Amino acid sequence: MAIITVQNLRKQYGDKVAVRDVSFSVEEGEIYGIVGRNGAGKTTTVECVAGLRKPDGGTIRVDADIKQQVGVQLQESIMPDKLRVGEALDLYASFYANPASVTELLDEVGLDPKVGFAKLSGGQRQRLSIALALVGNPRIAILDELTTGLDPQARRETWELISRVRDRGVTVLLVSHFMEEVERLCDRVAVIAGGAVLAVDTPAGLISRTGGVQRITFRSTVPVDSLRSLPEVHSVAVEAGHVTVTGDQNVLRAIVTALPDSAISNLKTETSSMDDAFLALTGE
Amino acid sequence: MAVTTPQVRRLTAVETKLYLREPAVVFFAVGLPIALTLILGGTIPDFTVPDPALGGLRPIDTHLPGVMIILSVLTCAFSLLPTVLVTYRERGILKRMSTTPVSPITVLGVQLTLNVAMSVLTTVLILVLANLVYDVPFPKTPLAFAGILLLGMVSSFAIGLLLAALASTSRIVQGLGMAVFFPSLFFAGMWVPHALMPDLLRTISEFTPSGAFGAALIDMLATGTAEWMNIGVMVAWGLVAGIAAVRFFRWS
Repeated sequence: MAIITVQNLRKQYGDKVAVRDVSFSVEEGEIYGIVGRNGAGKTTTVECVAGLRKPDGGTIRVDADIKQQVGVQLQESIMPDKLRVGEALDLYASFYANPASVTELLDEVGLDPKVGFAKLSGGQRQRLSIALALVGNPRIAILDELTTGLDPQARRETWELISRVRDRGVTVLLVSHFMEEVERLCDRVAVIAGGAVLAVDTPAGLISRTGGVQRITFRSTVPVDSLRSLPEVHSVAVEAGHVTVTGDQNVLRAIVTALPDSAISNLKTETSSMDDAFLALTGE
Repeated sequence: MAVTTPQVRRLTAVETKLYLREPAVVFFAVGLPIALTLILGGTIPDFTVPDPALGGLRPIDTHLPGVMIILSVLTCAFSLLPTVLVTYRERGILKRMSTTPVSPITVLGVQLTLNVAMSVLTTVLILVLANLVYDVPFPKTPLAFAGILLLGMVSSFAIGLLLAALASTSRIVQGLGMAVFFPSLFFAGMWVPHALMPDLLRTISEFTPSGAFGAALIDMLATGTAEWMNIGVMVAWGLVAGIAAVRFFRWS
């Protein structure tokens, strides 16, 4: 059953339309991604869902108490410098009718309760922010640009944390412009551009929409012009003996059939990724 | 939005801790006005000479504690309160709170209470210490004195909240605060007592909120009464600034 339903959401700031027409629904227990470029309307959309902004049109239905049961992690939310981690969590826990255990949360996010906010690293701040979103024992967690500005190690730790959150049965609405993050975490994704939804699918579904483009790179000791006429091949580029061929799912077999074995070395294949799918969908 | 007592109590405890973790804050709001009262009272000979114009009272009985109390109130109202509120807004803390069951207006209320409490505490300490050290008499009409103090605080804190409403960044609010703070101290009589001001300047002063506050508070200390004119000016500023602050305040 859908726990969040957004229909024909519209929001503008003065003359500027931030969200033109956005509809999607989130099932209970899933990690739902909202992806798009900067300025696509992602943050405005989730801020409307979180009750922070009043939509100018459309409807939003959230099957939970918006204050008590929806935890929010906002983009760039900073605590007072001298507030300690434990104090922040105790304080926010006191706001809710049925809070989570602060000790368990601290353990889960791996933070020392005695450290002041100013002394936390970027990754630790992000983990505190996630812990604050979870401290009310929410049914839904809305997480906006969770790993922006984190180093790869911190990013991976954060992803693991989110997977564990989902395992506890929390529905997660995740805003991101990191395709790797979305591919790894999300059950379903809505791609937003220009204030409207372009596509909703699983990450794998989105990738297969781009036609399963394959990219093959290799070195060749013989000319490769003959490849251009093969039906499986989309493009061939040669640079200093280094060949890049793109084509459909059968392109690899076509290449090795067309060229003598001994001519090919350093062969690598890449399947299209979420990045390619995103770029294809948003028109680049 | 239900705000139950335990939440307010917890928020008050945390905000008080944060307040006291800034030593500079405690120094400027509490330490400096008290220290100046004691030091100036002991080092400037004229302050301890009875003045027939004051009915035989000494400046240390009236003017000095009066302006030092105002120094504390204005430090809290124009500097500490607006800076914290704008910093919280700038950092997204107020917006963050509005997604919880507790409204960010609670944090505003707690901060306001804290700063009012801090200047009341300083006022009491100034009066008690000046009494112990320099035999300064306590206000003859304590209730009326408290009423004038309250009115002065209402007008000052309303202006402080208006500054917080108008400034977009903490840097701007600090600048604005200082730009209002020093002229206000001047109009209150910090450097030139109202009695020594040229007529025109004194008239202008008494139409400013801090000038009216200064005149009324010093009258209270000297005679136990205040002029309705000063009271009216404080009420008017409090209303105008308060309504404007409510109108323009933004949570994010």
